[in-house]
Amino acid sequence: MTRIGEVFQTLDRPAFIAYLVAGDPDRAGFLAAAQAVIEGGADILEIGMPFSDPVADGPTIQRAHTRALAGGMTVDGFFDSIRDVRRFSEIPILLMVYCNTVHRRGVERFYREAVAAGADGMLIVDMPPEEGERAVRAARVTRLDQIFLAAPSTSDQRLEQVLQSTSGFLYLASLLGVTGARERLSDEAGTLIRRVRPRTRLPLAVGFGISRPEHATALRDAGADGIIVGSALVRLVEEHARDPGHMAREIHGFVTGMRGALEG
Amino acid sequence: MKKGRFGGFGGQFVSEALMGALGELEEAFQGFGNDPAFLSSLESYLAEFAGRPTPLTFCRNLSQDLGCRVYLKREDLLHGGAHKLNNTLGQALLAKFMGKKRLIAETGAGQHGVATAIAGAVLGLPVEVYMGEVDIERQRPNVFRMELMGAKVIPVSSGTRTLKDAVNEALRDWAASVGETHYLLGSVVGPHPFPLMVRTFQSVIGKETRAQILEREGRLPDAILACVGGGSNAIGIFHPFLQDSVRLIGVEAGGEGIESGHHGASLCAGSPGILHGALSYLLQDPDGQVLSTHSVAAGLDYPAVGPEHSMLKDTGRVEYTSVTDREALEAFALLSRKEGIIPALESAHAIARLAKMAGEFGRDDIVVVNLSGRGDKDLAEVARLRGGI
Ligand SMILES: Cc1ncc(COP(=O)(O)O)c(C=O)c1O
Repeated sequence: MTRIGEVFQTLDRPAFIAYLVAGDPDRAGFLAAAQAVIEGGADILEIGMPFSDPVADGPTIQRAHTRALAGGMTVDGFFDSIRDVRRFSEIPILLMVYCNTVHRRGVERFYREAVAAGADGMLIVDMPPEEGERAVRAARVTRLDQIFLAAPSTSDQRLEQVLQSTSGFLYLASLLGVTGARERLSDEAGTLIRRVRPRTRLPLAVGFGISRPEHATALRDAGADGIIVGSALVRLVEEHARDPGHMAREIHGFVTGMRGALEG
Repeated sequence: MKKGRFGGFGGQFVSEALMGALGELEEAFQGFGNDPAFLSSLESYLAEFAGRPTPLTFCRNLSQDLGCRVYLKREDLLHGGAHKLNNTLGQALLAKFMGKKRLIAETGAGQHGVATAIAGAVLGLPVEVYMGEVDIERQRPNVFRMELMGAKVIPVSSGTRTLKDAVNEALRDWAASVGETHYLLGSVVGPHPFPLMVRTFQSVIGKETRAQILEREGRLPDAILACVGGGSNAIGIFHPFLQDSVRLIGVEAGGEGIESGHHGASLCAGSPGILHGALSYLLQDPDGQVLSTHSVAAGLDYPAVGPEHSMLKDTGRVEYTSVTDREALEAFALLSRKEGIIPALESAHAIARLAKMAGEFGRDDIVVVNLSGRGDKDLAEVARLRGGI
């Protein structure tokens, strides 16, 4: 079993998966944010590689990609950031990247470098399983988990294909659209969990729009095995980019609150 | 070969949220694409509303100067002033047959936005057009045209604030609105089935050209030239000739010269990469970050190109070249003066290429240039570049 799989196996509450963008606001700032997330109690760290055209992301994460690229983030720097985290933590690390980054590097090479840097899983946002044969093969060879998404619009037929390609956990998009913190939790999240649950033994982690402790509690009650929070964290990085100490405290507090809401 | 591929190019590199919509669109396109009610409705819109067939014009003066028989396929005379309406009428009608309630589109120069606004107005569908802030500034008259026809223009402030980012924003909108909304993509780019569907709607250009040249000359042309932004007007005229021994030449935006790095020549100077849902030639850095582009012609200012063109480049069936901004501007003036036709700056790229390579043709050789649009939209920009009228 992979490190990601073990998280879900050992926890008796849903896992908290925290997303940050490598190099946002800079290499040291990212590291401070990652440390705060981990110390606050995140179970899995998801690290985004910034891309010039992040079409699956809303404004908050787009701005983070822009900041990181403006600060000079590269694919080499991305792998360095993973190594930075590995120096002080054994937390499972999931990489979230856009397809062209992997394609340009060469699929097999990217996976080899990811493993060498200390990654445990890969999620390629704009790569449905139909286009993912080579990546899935590379993931098997390097023993990385390859995570795919299911959305409210995913048909039953395609869901089968998604489930067959996925390992580690299945990422459920709680709503149709792009990433971004929302005030209200989408009603579709619960519906999607109920639809997918009987078809798989994979853990189900819900993402997109989750920003508050009450969202976490509601998803726990709806049967989620994990929740993924990105924009709400990235927003804290953005707001306090000039004061890393303050940023770390804010993030720590936020993660502790979300974690608490998943317990009990 | 995998679904939606042109050789190794194309595909459906999109987030999960869009896969359902692409499947639905593919099914509708295959279904209605063969449905007599759909086809006859489209045909009558094209004839009675858009003004098809467009003429094939013999250019007496230019032919004399260049030493070959030059014809222009007059897409500049299509309603709206460019070939774009062939595609927007086709897709808007399809959206209507599918029961969609809203159209969204991206636009760079504004021509595709205008053509979508026209199709939306005549078919009674509300239209929202994403347009980069930079383009809004340099294409004011087209913004006004769209608004006059009831379309809402949404400024895009992300990234380079041009066409590429307008596509990003339209894709983001579509991911959240797929149930009610059709994304009316403007060229043979994007995920399958767009490249196939847009080619089908634009192929009317080549089919007419074929019939018209056979009638006029009794034989096929020796060469056909077209400018290539995303590649829709080029594929539209090339496709019906792919099996014939006709030289096909695609002309990209050379901007300030390929060496300068400021251009839009993805086939001439790019490498395979994934943007907007398809694998195709792309202008990108060594890490796969998409580069910003430049062209005097806003409609060619795009870092990628249709996947079918990538295949046609690799097989060698089509020759791809580029001309610079300066050469395009000279051709803009040349055609205006010699033939009384002011071309779009995009189309002027194809004219410029012909002027440069005319020595390769003999007196009896027949060359057709796809005049994809008229130049009214470019008058202010050209005047500015010349330092005022
Ligand atoms: C007149 C004209 N020609 C050509 C183009 C380029 O598009 P494509 O390569 O898809 O024909 C445009 C795009 O806006 C245009 O307006």
